[in-house]
Amino acid sequence: MAAPLLLQGGRVVDPSRDLDEAADVLIQDGRIAAVGPGLGAPAGATVRDVRGTVVAPGLVDVHVHLREPGNEDEETIATGARAAAAGGFTTVCAMPNTDPVTDNQAAVGFIVRQSLRAGFARVYPIGAISVGQRGQQLAEFGEMVGAGAVAVSDDGKPVVSSHLMRTALEYARTFDIPVADHCEEPSLSAGGVMHEGLVATKLGLKGIPAAAEEIMVARDILLAELTGGRVHLCHLSTRGSVELMRRAKERGLRVTAEVTPHHLSLTEAACERYDTHAKMNPPLREAADVAALRQALQDGVIDCVASDHAPHAYDEKEAAFDDAPFGIVGLETAFGVAYTELVQGGALTLPQLILRMSTAPARVFGLPGGTLRPGAPADVVALDVAAGWAVDPARFHSKSRNTPFAGRSLTGRAALTLVAGTIVHDARAAAQA
Amino acid sequence: MTAALGKDLIGLERLSPDQIRLILDTAEPFKEVSERLIKKVPALRGKTIVNLFFEASTRTRISFEFAEKRLSADTVNVATTGSAVQKGETLVDTAKNLEAMRIDMVVIRHASSGAAQFLGDRIRSNVVNAGDGKHEHPTQALLDLLTIRDKLGRIEGVKVCLVGDILHSRVARSNIWGLTKLGAQVAVCGPHSLMPRGIEELGVTVLRRVEEAIEWADVLNVLRLQLERMEAGFIPSLREYYRVFGVTVERLAKAPRALTVMHPGPMNRGVEIDSRVADGPHSVILDQVTNGVAVRMAVLYLLAGGKPELADAAKGPAAGGTD
Repeated sequence: MAAPLLLQGGRVVDPSRDLDEAADVLIQDGRIAAVGPGLGAPAGATVRDVRGTVVAPGLVDVHVHLREPGNEDEETIATGARAAAAGGFTTVCAMPNTDPVTDNQAAVGFIVRQSLRAGFARVYPIGAISVGQRGQQLAEFGEMVGAGAVAVSDDGKPVVSSHLMRTALEYARTFDIPVADHCEEPSLSAGGVMHEGLVATKLGLKGIPAAAEEIMVARDILLAELTGGRVHLCHLSTRGSVELMRRAKERGLRVTAEVTPHHLSLTEAACERYDTHAKMNPPLREAADVAALRQALQDGVIDCVASDHAPHAYDEKEAAFDDAPFGIVGLETAFGVAYTELVQGGALTLPQLILRMSTAPARVFGLPGGTLRPGAPADVVALDVAAGWAVDPARFHSKSRNTPFAGRSLTGRAALTLVAGTIVHDARAAAQA
Repeated sequence: MTAALGKDLIGLERLSPDQIRLILDTAEPFKEVSERLIKKVPALRGKTIVNLFFEASTRTRISFEFAEKRLSADTVNVATTGSAVQKGETLVDTAKNLEAMRIDMVVIRHASSGAAQFLGDRIRSNVVNAGDGKHEHPTQALLDLLTIRDKLGRIEGVKVCLVGDILHSRVARSNIWGLTKLGAQVAVCGPHSLMPRGIEELGVTVLRRVEEAIEWADVLNVLRLQLERMEAGFIPSLREYYRVFGVTVERLAKAPRALTVMHPGPMNRGVEIDSRVADGPHSVILDQVTNGVAVRMAVLYLLAGGKPELADAAKGPAAGGTD
């Protein structure tokens, strides 16, 4: 067994126990052994000075695309897990829109094995809702859960058939897993490449109206009520979706939701001059939507932040706006963007942000992690919230560089990331390398 | 390399009123060139221009080509209507190849909004947008402005209504920018299923019925209605469109004042416009076409670094008598 590790002198923030105090964290045998002020180092322990950092449960991202199998030129499970560790994430959930689609136990098992081989952050597979994500026949949830899937989703595509969504929610109850839906009514969004609003009108680009998302959000909420299933709504982007979620939560339905750092910080204006790095689905919306999403995250109407990390080869984005693919990478900028925009911007406190980026997403997907409770796996991040840094995509660990935040000055980044007590990212070592 | 317009002409949104007036004023002396027996001046001698048309066009392409040839530029036409070359990846390669051939200017028409900007950001040559998707068609709006100025003697205060498919129209967007910058009053009129979101915020009034437009306007600019709009379900039929929005002789008879009718072409006679209107006394449609060549000569001349005050002299010795 590795020597015990004492993280000494940090500010410990653990939303799972409502803890925010100057304390040390002792890690032994891959688990949290103790948390408290002035812990002594046991014999043979390594002591790591983490003064000036915030020691928190490792960040958890329930929505990433790691492109393996199928598009290993854009990302692999290993590079994605390495990027996650650099971003302070100890756990990520990989969406099943791979090639071939992750819609059976063998495919799920492959991702689990690749993840174990890679090390770095833990990667949990999400299985497809339908075979081939074709929206027709239910995939084998039971076998996929047996192989390690933690949720099901047809993300990248909406579940068009309300009947399929209904049966998925009902069938998933046996395994008590969430059904994560990408809310988009395709007949309204067809051909759209950005938010339907003034900027799209000026640019002459086809818009995607807010209603395309909200219709499906409303449908999924109604189906959650009908079935008693657990529905998780991916990457909400509109104030109307927030209102629907607010009412659903008030009625006590089993509905959870996520929001991305970019929908919390950017608007449709980022698409001006046809910047394809601002092309994502759902699209960047209006300032009033950003304000509503921030409020919802603070109130808990939206449960968690998720990056929707979507790597694309550089030359795919080097195209006319209509022709470029949707999506941006996010694992290595998520915390910095969220801290700078939300905590420094006054929308959230730091403990609230850690709740939304660690404890809450772990709870929503039923994952280990999200806590520094003694006995829990030692998935820990030390966050340097004083560090100012400029986003330089050339330094990403991800294979892809498609970010709208290039050149942006951010505050806050992971200084040290540990998974099961093992250091998987050390900014000090990375800087020297 | 002139500061007068910048490197490229992408759209009228980013031009100042003075820049737009400069182009119109520069076009005036070039009009005369096309009236000469020998329609050629040496202003762009030695310049190479590529006309890169990724989308079908007859009028605009020929108009640009005449403008270039009458300025003595060397021109090459590339027309690519196949689907494979319309992709963005090819656009990057196209840009790199053009750059490598050291051409001076590119005139681009493309089905994707932003394609002209995309090219302009990537090559040192001047880029002229000849229509990009649903974004802008600046030289069309410039020739429309010139035609209004010719006909009514001014642009400021003139009431212009664009009629038809505003949603998909790059001509409408460029006209709205140009007209509002020069102080015209602008309205748009068409089915609400073909009206883009937030259009009022560009400083235009939305009129519900074409009768209201005829009652209000000094100038109607009637846009082409494409057959595909019916197939895509935006309107029920071309027949009904003509019944509700068609600019007909009967409707024009009720105009309270003299009305000028424009159309950027190509026309669908009997759909958005009555043939008797297109060929009748209200119409300045062929004047628009004539002005198109002069406006494009002015744009090319200014982008190439020509001094606006020397535009007259740059024409060289006139074949016939001039002022």
